[in-house]
Amino acid sequence: MSHAAVAHHTSTGLDSRKIAFWTFIGSECLLFGSLIATYLVYEGRSVSGPTTHEILNIPLTSISTFDLLMSSLAMVLALAAVQRGDKVWGRVWLGMTALLGAIFLGFQAYEFQHFVHEGLGFTTNLFGSSFFTLTGFHGAHVFVGVIWLLTLLVRSLQGKLGPEKALNVEIAGLYWHFVDVVWIVIFTVVYLIQTTPLPTT
Amino acid sequence: MATTAMPHSTTAGPTAPTGLWSWITTTDHKRIGVMYGVTAFVFFLIGGLEALIIRLQLGAPGNSIVSAEHYNQLFTMHGTTMVFLAIMPLSAAFFNFVIPLQIGARDVAFPRLNAFSYWVFLLGGLFMNASFLAGPLFGTGTLSVAPDAGWFGYANLTSPQFSPGPNIDFWVLGLQILGIASLAAGFNFITTIINLRAPGMRLMRMPVFTWMSFVTQFLIVTAFPVITIGLVFLMFDRVFGTNFYRVSAGGDVLLWQHLFWLFGHPEVYILILPAMGIVSEVLPTFSRKPLFGYAVVVYSGVLIGVVGWGVWAHHMFATGLGPIADSVFSASTMLIAVPTGVKIFNWIATMWGGRLEFRPAMLFAIGFIAQFIIGGLSGVMHASPPADLQQTDTYFVVAHFHYVLVGGAVFGLFAGFYYWWPKVFGHTLRDGLGKLHFWLMFVGVNLTFFPMHFSGLLGMPRRIYTYGADLGLNTFNLLSTAGALLTGVAVLVFVINMFLSRRGPPAGPNPWNAATLEWATDSPPPVYNFTVIPTVHDLLPLWRKGGMEPSPLPATPPAPIHVPPGSVWPLCAAIGIITMGVGALMHHHLVPSLATALVGLAVLVVSIYQWAFEPFEV
Repeated sequence: MSHAAVAHHTSTGLDSRKIAFWTFIGSECLLFGSLIATYLVYEGRSVSGPTTHEILNIPLTSISTFDLLMSSLAMVLALAAVQRGDKVWGRVWLGMTALLGAIFLGFQAYEFQHFVHEGLGFTTNLFGSSFFTLTGFHGAHVFVGVIWLLTLLVRSLQGKLGPEKALNVEIAGLYWHFVDVVWIVIFTVVYLIQTTPLPTT
Repeated sequence: MATTAMPHSTTAGPTAPTGLWSWITTTDHKRIGVMYGVTAFVFFLIGGLEALIIRLQLGAPGNSIVSAEHYNQLFTMHGTTMVFLAIMPLSAAFFNFVIPLQIGARDVAFPRLNAFSYWVFLLGGLFMNASFLAGPLFGTGTLSVAPDAGWFGYANLTSPQFSPGPNIDFWVLGLQILGIASLAAGFNFITTIINLRAPGMRLMRMPVFTWMSFVTQFLIVTAFPVITIGLVFLMFDRVFGTNFYRVSAGGDVLLWQHLFWLFGHPEVYILILPAMGIVSEVLPTFSRKPLFGYAVVVYSGVLIGVVGWGVWAHHMFATGLGPIADSVFSASTMLIAVPTGVKIFNWIATMWGGRLEFRPAMLFAIGFIAQFIIGGLSGVMHASPPADLQQTDTYFVVAHFHYVLVGGAVFGLFAGFYYWWPKVFGHTLRDGLGKLHFWLMFVGVNLTFFPMHFSGLLGMPRRIYTYGADLGLNTFNLLSTAGALLTGVAVLVFVINMFLSRRGPPAGPNPWNAATLEWATDSPPPVYNFTVIPTVHDLLPLWRKGGMEPSPLPATPPAPIHVPPGSVWPLCAAIGIITMGVGALMHHHLVPSLATALVGLAVLVVSIYQWAFEPFEV
């Protein structure tokens, strides 16, 4: 079955999967928008600590942010390689994207267990609930992305990811870049712009 | 594989497979539409039954037909069922059956995703309603543990502190599951309408029903993520003990109201826009005149969709948002009456000077206009915060939104039933019974809801299970109850009509002599919809000479037509999701809960992979 190779006639000339995926991303914007808005509304309203400046580690998270940004670069290179039919580099960059995503998740896992160790759990205060929910939702998206990329890598190793299947990689790429962009927003509003007033005591 | 296309050498075209398995694995939008319709109609009857019990309880002061607890469950499930399990999926039945035919497509863009939406909806609805019988499983000592905090589930009524039982868990999980179905359908139909239109079917040649559905899908994919997050917070509060709606931790219960109504008001338009679309098809057909001001009707619908996103806080005037927010949301709410009024004038102008045929579909469409105007006028009344403060939480509000949702949306949907019935089943519903249905329902609905304006203004609050005999409310409530029973009889007449009409004479492709593309093909349409995909040259392809070619369509396909096979994986994926829901329901028992949820996740993941890699050519 060679679906996807010969695209059906469509009204826009675009593949339907691409249009559907863009609408999905639009929907996801509202999902993360609600999470981020809630985080911002609740910032500084915890009645007990620890909160942002006592616990967030900007240098460490800058590294993981850089890591995730680089994964988007790898994603672009992966798509380019698959599109030109370069099997080896396609696999290298798909694997690299997944690896950089996994490293990001490792940073997040370390950060989460460190926070819990410091006394900030999921239920400790309003900050804990909104922080872990927001970053956890994002982390879950990265996790799904890593699984997706690994699936594409396996398909490539099976010889089933030629240039005619480049759209599959392109759509995974759309997802990956979107998740990356969301992190840029989260990193900015959660880590860089902390509005919680410093404790007076 | 359950379905296979006929060999490509024949010119007869593939025929629809038969048997139960072919329905379980079907990806045919027409069958999925019928399944949506049947399922949603059953839920509509259940929701109606709940309403009847509510009305019987309120028929006389001091009644004790149901307890206060059961009353809370009944009004909660009545609202939840009618919104999420009846009106939305009845609209979805029409989206499924009609949209691909109206735009000249062979199916939706993603037939398996479409089946998935249906199965998730069905299982989610059963999940929610299982709460009526699930009490013994939770050792609560009562049979029913149905949700009981209202369809809007205000925090902190729903907090573990005030609702410790499984009731709210059924609600919070059920709505998340149903949201998945709506979202998947939303992506599917947006893509279908953008991408699968027949040649020449430009956006401004699309039938108004397709247009209004298109707007509705955008509202669905933007509004549902917002309530999903609100529900996730609530679920985390209940399952893990987070602090989102916990006032003692600094949480704000108004966050829930904002997230809920940010979804909830677009939801109102999700419910009404498809009905407006149906009416915009029925009125021109039975007035023998093109829709007056097609472009304006379309733009008004789009404008309603856009402005519908900016009015949510009018549900919250009583919370004390402050004068600026009150003024802004009051103004935007009054503003939305403008495009709505434009549509009403267009519908009336369509009938003006037309050769009206009062078939049942037309009667319901006219009933829609009349009752929607009444509901719209009372809506403008509580757009004004000072008036709203008097009306909030009284039966005046109940009267308002039932005029819009029953007098409006449900009448519109019944118009759609009578209108498209011959297309779906190949024979028309009986006219006489249809008219009887209409008049009984028209009288019943108005008798139910018009007195509620008075009982509301006299101060009768919503959501109370009984009232005193000396409050001056007795007559109005008795009238409402009589009206509700009459409405029940009307729906019964419709059921009888469905049954008696099942062996009517063949309707032919275009029994109403209508103008749009779905009437160009057989009734019921063949599995591939059109023998050839027509090229469209006009807004009214069947009314204008040269409106489409070829005209008429050839009786048999001149070239082989590929029909996608069925798939069982959408159903399996839906079962995985529902199993995860059941796991989450048991959150008080960690190990079995986790085990069930993980089994569900495994089923879901396996199904997704099977789905992705099975051979399936659309």
